[in-house]
Amino acid sequence: MYREVILDHYKNPRGHGVIEDADAEAEGFNPLCGDEVSIYVSFADDGETIDDVKFSGRGCAISQAATSMLVDMAKGRKATDLAQMPKDELLEEIGIPLTPIRLKCALLGLGVLKIALHRAKGTPLPKEWAGLDELELK
Amino acid sequence: MAVTARPKLDARKQRADFPIFNELIHGKPLSFLDSAASSQKPRQVLDAMQHFYETSYAKVHRGVYELAERATAGYEGARETVGRFLNAPSSREVVFTRNATEAINVVAYAWGLNNLGPGDVVLVTELEHHSNFVPWQYIAHRTGADFRMLPLDDEGELRLDALDEVAGAGRVKVVAAGMVSNSLGSVNPVEKLAAWAHERGAIMVCDAAQGAPHRVVDVQALGADFVAVTAHKLCGPSGIGALWGRMELLEAMEPFNLGGHMISRVTVEDTSWGEVPAKFEAGTQAIAEAVGFGAAIDYISEIGLDAIEQHEHELAAYGLERLAELPWVKTYGPPADRRAGIISFNVDGIHPHDVAQILDGEGVAIRAGHHCCQPLMTKLGVAATNRASFYLYTVTDEIDRLIAGLHKVRKILS
Repeated sequence: MYREVILDHYKNPRGHGVIEDADAEAEGFNPLCGDEVSIYVSFADDGETIDDVKFSGRGCAISQAATSMLVDMAKGRKATDLAQMPKDELLEEIGIPLTPIRLKCALLGLGVLKIALHRAKGTPLPKEWAGLDELELK
Repeated sequence: MAVTARPKLDARKQRADFPIFNELIHGKPLSFLDSAASSQKPRQVLDAMQHFYETSYAKVHRGVYELAERATAGYEGARETVGRFLNAPSSREVVFTRNATEAINVVAYAWGLNNLGPGDVVLVTELEHHSNFVPWQYIAHRTGADFRMLPLDDEGELRLDALDEVAGAGRVKVVAAGMVSNSLGSVNPVEKLAAWAHERGAIMVCDAAQGAPHRVVDVQALGADFVAVTAHKLCGPSGIGALWGRMELLEAMEPFNLGGHMISRVTVEDTSWGEVPAKFEAGTQAIAEAVGFGAAIDYISEIGLDAIEQHEHELAAYGLERLAELPWVKTYGPPADRRAGIISFNVDGIHPHDVAQILDGEGVAIRAGHHCCQPLMTKLGVAATNRASFYLYTVTDEIDRLIAGLHKVRKILS
């Protein structure tokens, strides 16, 4: 499970930190393990392209590495596109089989990012977004 | 109760009774260090349930045929076994429930809803399992009673000196406390809490789910009014537990679940309740599980609760000593001589889920999480901990494999 790329993202997380005056932000909590993730997004001048993403919080290697990978994947993409990103796209990137419990760790960051983007754009969160019902998103 | 001197527990011999230890986990021998969550089952308990299904199973209490008689004898025999195990004045004071949580919910709803109101105080402890915390918080909110928490000291033991201060001028009606903390292994002074509760005119509700598997629970000596236990932590099946309550309280209480078996007379205008304990056992109960519960009590009683307690003390001392060799591990809770066989710990900078996942690869099963004790985690200033817990079948090799596994965790993640 702890393959090289996961360990690399865990030990050297991309985009760890806070964006002051972010264009979109949200925080989430996994009540199962107490993991917390806050995500901050800033848009480019077009108000659509993701210029920067940062995250803070605490959690297991899987949740931290997955969120770090998500930061790499998010930069340069369009906000509306990213808000619709299927979870499988992230899971393929993670590339390891995850038990249902660890799946929630892996998807915490994506859930929080989606909340942030939908909230900033005023669009409703897609109903089919699996895994979210188990998380507390603020 | 007379305590006869028994030979020391031989965990290696007991272990042979447990088929699970023949399993390889990821190709490695199983080190099962999560007995505080649920224990493994000996062949004797599995056989008793199988035998009951094969020879004696039918619906209890109703039929007049032979099998129904056998089944009723099995079910009611188990109630007597539980009653003796808890030193209850009468086995009629033993109500079967699904688990200890349901037992506490019976008290919270059936007693609490009718006896609590504004100006009353419900007092729980800071190390309480959610099972004896959340029902009381909910019923307090519903009835307008004050919900308060007795704090811990820095070693993770209850601050009895703070009782009067926390209660203040409030009318204390319920004191709810576990016997043994499932996170820290602290052993609570239930007798003292009960005496204080009674001075204040309150009832004492003791969650003994984590006590009964490991030490003698004598409800009369404890002085409690209600005691909750569960089978699955003491080598019995899941799906059955018991509530012991003082008869006058049980008799005065309203029922909790309603339906078949708990009635005396039913008309379209009204229904009168059956006698205790039937009043609290609506619907078909977990019959074979009750038989398994009884067999589990027989199994651990044969070994001796004092011998089990002693064995676990030794394991806790050994575990704490081995963990102290690792400067990057922090343990929580009281010193070995005052704790049950439970050790919560954290590895510097490494999340408990990652610790538990890597240990699993080594065949070592520990618990990682908040252990259903979020208020306690807040007090400790952590989101979660790792927990290793021991039982009558635990051997020191398993603790050695835990230590070796922790070195591997550090190697991979630091």
